[in-house]
Amino acid sequence: MTTLFTILFDGVAYGMLLFVLACGLAVTLGLMNFVNLAHGAFAMTGGYVCAVLVNQSGWPFFAALPLAFVVSAAIGVALERSLYRHLYTRSHLDQVLFSVGLVFMSVAAVDYIMGSSRIFIKLPAALEGQIDFFGVGVGRYRLMIIVICGLLTAGLQLVLARTRFGSRLRAAVDDPRAASGLGINVPQVFAFTFAFGCGLAGLGGALSAEILGLDPYFPLKFMIYFLIVVTVGGSSSITGPFLASLLLGIGDVAGKYYVPKMGPFVIYTIMIVILIWRPNGLFGRTAAR
Amino acid sequence: MFIRSQMLSQAAAGIAVAGAFGLVTVWAPAQAQESVKVGLILPMTGGQASTGKQIDNAVKLYMQQKGDTVAGKKIEIILKDDGAVPDNTKRIAQELIVNDKVSFIAGFGVTPAALAVAPLATQAKIPEIVMAAGTSIITERSPYIVRTSFTLAQSSTIIGDWAAKNGIKKVATLTSDYAPGNDALTFFKQNFTAGGGQIVEEVKVPLANPDFAPFLQRMKDSKPDAVFVFVPAGQGGNFMKQYAERGLDKTGIKVIGPGDVMDDDLLNGMGDAALGAVTAHHYSAAHPSAMNKEFVAAYKKAYGNRPGFMAVSGYDGIHMIYEALKKTGGKTDGDALVAAMKGMKWESPRGPISIDPETRDIVQNIYIRKVEKVGGELYSVEFATFEAVKDSGKTKK
Repeated sequence: MTTLFTILFDGVAYGMLLFVLACGLAVTLGLMNFVNLAHGAFAMTGGYVCAVLVNQSGWPFFAALPLAFVVSAAIGVALERSLYRHLYTRSHLDQVLFSVGLVFMSVAAVDYIMGSSRIFIKLPAALEGQIDFFGVGVGRYRLMIIVICGLLTAGLQLVLARTRFGSRLRAAVDDPRAASGLGINVPQVFAFTFAFGCGLAGLGGALSAEILGLDPYFPLKFMIYFLIVVTVGGSSSITGPFLASLLLGIGDVAGKYYVPKMGPFVIYTIMIVILIWRPNGLFGRTAAR
Repeated sequence: MFIRSQMLSQAAAGIAVAGAFGLVTVWAPAQAQESVKVGLILPMTGGQASTGKQIDNAVKLYMQQKGDTVAGKKIEIILKDDGAVPDNTKRIAQELIVNDKVSFIAGFGVTPAALAVAPLATQAKIPEIVMAAGTSIITERSPYIVRTSFTLAQSSTIIGDWAAKNGIKKVATLTSDYAPGNDALTFFKQNFTAGGGQIVEEVKVPLANPDFAPFLQRMKDSKPDAVFVFVPAGQGGNFMKQYAERGLDKTGIKVIGPGDVMDDDLLNGMGDAALGAVTAHHYSAAHPSAMNKEFVAAYKKAYGNRPGFMAVSGYDGIHMIYEALKKTGGKTDGDALVAAMKGMKWESPRGPISIDPETRDIVQNIYIRKVEKVGGELYSVEFATFEAVKDSGKTKK
């Protein structure tokens, strides 16, 4: 019985991690309708920023996390203003080719600057090991992931659904012309949203280094996971990808534990079954835009 | 560096071709004197890049130390990047053989890459020097293949015997699901169970596995005395960190395995979780011979970090090419070169090694080592030696 809870806990933590990594993509892909396959490159940036600050400059881990967000967001906004915005009106194929090109460039750049070896972020002792919670082994690091990601999700949902900025964003996405006619600065809203998505990816990258590993091939290795989360969740809201992440995280961990022989396929099986049942994802819009 | 300076001085003759996906060719031009070309195919980009870099570094270091002329001929290295993709390896090898007329093809970061080139080596009668790939069957695929790295059977059988004799009764295994991982598992299991040991859990992990959590939980629940682990070098660090996170180190479950997990490249990054892990392997940067101390110092001075087991394989590979050319008096006939390599014995930074004349595979000492802290850094410190171990993957036949 305790094993079941351990598996459930690990699965939730893994799912939360997937969510933070992928929700930036859900924002750009779902809300802005831009296929940004370079999402993982921003995640990697955050990971390396955190690693350099903690390992080389001696920053505390928790102080480095916000900076991972800020630096990735800053790079995001710079790229959005200089490159991405020219592609908003282009076809999805153009966007895919452009962002895949960015991925290869980022891989080569990080390989050149940081070397190809896998690196690890030095964690504070308080985050290492497990706590015993009524006989269930609870990993401290994974517990921290659940807390941070839980707060983020709640905050994100509030911003999108309840704030003035959220409604401006939704308006800007649905009908940019009408929105700008109403005095909404559409390019600014887009730039800010894009930067925020990149920042989230950066934070996810920093958090995931401990569990997924960090090397220059990160954006290529995990691209498929980001896409699965967004595809299964549907791209019209934040709740969809969130539930999808949890489902996939728990499914993946439980599958690998209970049926290790076919473990790695469980995540794909879940995806296929859900997409047959709901082709637009769990919470996808049924009508095409 | 030396390739670069040659290129600058001969810029007119030098050709640099950048192909798709960053495949880079550096072609050191021929001197007036007759030259012998060695095609070095390594993964310089992609997930196996650290293997390629170590071997390339070691080959350059050797040539700086020993000069680039052997038996009156100049040695030219043509380095090509295959990104560890066998299709690339094969195409590049073809180009090297047909266009560049190389006398040796060497390198090969992964098993499929080495196998892809085997038929070409046979057809062209050119020695194929395997400097990294570690699956047993490789040398059987062509009479022109000679290996200077290691086989997983060598280290896995030894650790199997050692575990059975040292109070380890129950073992759970965690291996990556590809040829080397399966080799490691098969040979460990065979020797460990023959010694009276019992395998209580057997998990094969997908090669591209992000999170070890569920597999480690399975290990923990099966309550073994030790976990036998083989994952490709890059993943070893993640494995050890998550092993500690799950508290497996505190339950007294030991980590054993072939030494790939404890690559010198990554050992320091793993942190203290790796302390006490016992592995069997042919090389550790802490090997206490005078020759190795010199090698490690020279390597550190040139590249700023310590050499790992891939570097020593590259160093020995180029040494073997030099010695074979000395024996043939500079003649590059493939059959003569392979004959010269068979039975060759020399002192390597890893200890005494030789080439088995029957299988053309390396015969070397396998050391049992334990991870300890030496001068603030983690090293695999050797404490027992099994001398002149042949590849048991073939001797059993």
